Amino acid sequence: MNKDLPRWATAFVMPVLNLLSAMLVTALVIHLLGESPTESLAILVNSAVVNPEGLSYTLFYASTFIFTGLAVSIAMQAGLFNIGAEGQMYVGGLGLTLVMLGLDSSLPAWMLIPLGILGAALFGALWSFLPGYLQAKRGSHVVVTTIMFNFIASQLMNFVIVKYMIPDGEQNPASRAFAAAAEMPRLNQWFPALGETPLNISLFLAIIALVIYGVVVSRSAWGFKLRATGLNPHAAHYAGIRISKMIIIVMLISGALAGLGSVNSIMGSTHYLSMNFVGGAGFIGIAIALMGRQHPVGIFLSALLFGALTQGGFDLSLEKQNIPPEMVILVQGVIILFCGAMENMYAPAIAKVLKLKK
Amino acid sequence: MQPAVEFRGISKHFGAVKANTDVSFTIAKGSIHGLVGENGAGKSTLMSILYGYYRADGGEILLDGQARRIHNSQEAIALGIGMVHQHFMLVENMTVLDNVMLGSEGGFKLKANRARVEQELREICTRYRLDVDPLATIHDLSVGAQQRVEILKQIYRSANILILDEPTAVLTAQETESLFEILRLFKEQGKTIILITHKLQEILDITDTVTVMRGGRVIGAVPTAGTTKEDLANMMVGRPIENNLPRKPYNPGAPVLQVDGLQLLDDQGVKLLADIGFTLRAGEIVAIAGVSGNGQSELMEILSGMRLPSSGKLDFLGKALPFEGRSDADGLPLKFRDLGIAHVPEDRLRDGVIKAFSVMHNTIFGYQDKLKNKWGLLDFKAIAARCAELMKNFDVRPNNHDLRIGLLSGGNQQKVVIAREVLAQPKLMLVGQPTRGVDIGTIESIHTQLLKLRDEGVAILLVSVELEEVRALADRILVMCGGRITGELKIEEFDTTRIGLLMGGMHKS
Repeated sequence: MNKDLPRWATAFVMPVLNLLSAMLVTALVIHLLGESPTESLAILVNSAVVNPEGLSYTLFYASTFIFTGLAVSIAMQAGLFNIGAEGQMYVGGLGLTLVMLGLDSSLPAWMLIPLGILGAALFGALWSFLPGYLQAKRGSHVVVTTIMFNFIASQLMNFVIVKYMIPDGEQNPASRAFAAAAEMPRLNQWFPALGETPLNISLFLAIIALVIYGVVVSRSAWGFKLRATGLNPHAAHYAGIRISKMIIIVMLISGALAGLGSVNSIMGSTHYLSMNFVGGAGFIGIAIALMGRQHPVGIFLSALLFGALTQGGFDLSLEKQNIPPEMVILVQGVIILFCGAMENMYAPAIAKVLKLKK
Repeated sequence: MQPAVEFRGISKHFGAVKANTDVSFTIAKGSIHGLVGENGAGKSTLMSILYGYYRADGGEILLDGQARRIHNSQEAIALGIGMVHQHFMLVENMTVLDNVMLGSEGGFKLKANRARVEQELREICTRYRLDVDPLATIHDLSVGAQQRVEILKQIYRSANILILDEPTAVLTAQETESLFEILRLFKEQGKTIILITHKLQEILDITDTVTVMRGGRVIGAVPTAGTTKEDLANMMVGRPIENNLPRKPYNPGAPVLQVDGLQLLDDQGVKLLADIGFTLRAGEIVAIAGVSGNGQSELMEILSGMRLPSSGKLDFLGKALPFEGRSDADGLPLKFRDLGIAHVPEDRLRDGVIKAFSVMHNTIFGYQDKLKNKWGLLDFKAIAARCAELMKNFDVRPNNHDLRIGLLSGGNQQKVVIAREVLAQPKLMLVGQPTRGVDIGTIESIHTQLLKLRDEGVAILLVSVELEEVRALADRILVMCGGRITGELKIEEFDTTRIGLLMGGMHKS
């Protein structure tokens, strides 16, 4: 953090400059691939924002990203770098699926959906418990353990899906489809203009989660202790905050939030558990937490941006044959590089400009 | 004769802060020159300019009558300027020899040079009676010896002007005396010494001339002979300083804290604290004197619940402190707070405050659970009111509770911490180094607050390495050395020499 700059500069000017830098690098790559950067940008913007159906997809992706972004952010508040949102969301999907496979024929939607949400949160939390516990009690670094748990989750899910979930006679590594009662209500029921879209009420759940996060972190006594632990563990200990308990609890919450990301992906869209359904949403959560500076508004805006990139990038690779689908990953990588690793690159320059003005 | 150093109209500002304004004075060759002033008076900035860390915005520096531009510390060293920092710049696991050679290895063939440098160091040590073995490893050396290594390093680099920044802050009285002997020897050899210190007695003891700075300006440059501590203090603060603060007669009440047979072992089984036993009563200040690192910090950590003792009986108001059956101290300080034990930690920035939090957030730190409304949310209206009152009572400046506490001066940060702990209305107050890095004016106000607390019947345990402070506050004095209490004195028996001996572990009287 640069201490000399006013808040508006660190919260607004710097992220925008970092983002522009990332776009510049991307434009260069697109140029080298033999396509026009401006045309590509036009396609991307049109497909992600201007076109209502595209916009609804952007919001759909963002709903998941808000949850994974929140998961990473809340852990960061306590000074913990949870790299494991990917695995936690994956296992969260298993929790949700177990509820559905067991109960979707016997319960109505108003009971089934909350139970599914609960299952996702519970299993996500379960998957982050051990890393949290090991960090709190044994000092095993949460970065290392959560990375490992991503791999374990991946293998575990392969095993569970292939061994137990593929219905007889099917080849596709996925569970059976859930009953209609398990589907999250879609927004195009009320807004037909959105067209054919998976956008569902998960978006509202995500926004509610953002508000709760914001209030808890900055206004509650617990959030105060959470931030104190993250900013200065020595002082937190001095103040009598139980640090190991704090670490375990915040990791549980982080895992639960990541697990909730699966609600949108599965109950809102596919309606069955498939292999690798997470598709990097957990890692994008890291980028969102860094770019959004763990602030609820920042997380929301970053999630929208990454939602738009996912949607627009997909269409871009369809329209421009020289641009591969992996382009999206490159863009994400460049954004993480500029907004995360080189976050303060422009700080000295901004400080200079401000000084000149004085 | 040309002066060794002459500052002519040096000015330096950082943003809106004027650290140095038109600073001019001279330092005679072969003299010991004292530089005093409160924190933020501009001493460090000026020395940093001399040593090439900063460049002045205006003015010039003359060395031996010649105007010099010093762009970095290499150039300063080449011009014969050496600096001994308050925090030693030594690699702990290397030998004295290697530390001296670091940065001036003198070519590719290390081995041949080493023998030559070793010989040279031995000669310097004899000449200046430095008593350092060039082949000893730094972490085996005492603090005083490490400081001699720093000095040795400067002489080896042929420094003629030696800047010492608060050199005695970490030394015992005896070590200080031997440092001064070395400095006098330097002077005889024609070297020039600039001594930055806030201990006015030292200025009187050893310097020839003294410059007082305040608010970035030179307030006075006078020969030491003919000035007094009071004169200097007045110049530093800009108003008379009360040395004997008012206090009620000593009339201790019931025992508040009783410690018996307290032991603390580290992971290797080394005794950090051994056989600590004392009683602290209501309405008295017991000061623990000693060189830092002799178990005081550990004792305070145990008494505040931050650390578990290995064994021993600790009673607070007649009841055992809740150490029983715990495997770690996680969360324990909160229990101690609830019992009525407040703690002003000695390492303020590490333990006492969260730098990135505002002043207001820091005023509730440790007490946040008592300021919740029924929703579990912090009651910021009540907190702001509480904070405003606290900042007014303790004169925290600037009076803006939204400011990050990291931006406040050390003295004002400390006021916030003390105010916060006083507000909890404790029965026992643990105070570690309350005035470390705090300027004279603020020291006076902190001392006044602590004495007021004592007069109100609070038991205060004070840890301080400053004997001046011990003398100003204590009713009784315990001296610690090597994790043991080596002696106890009443304030009437205060005797610097005796305390110094006890601090050094010589406790036969």
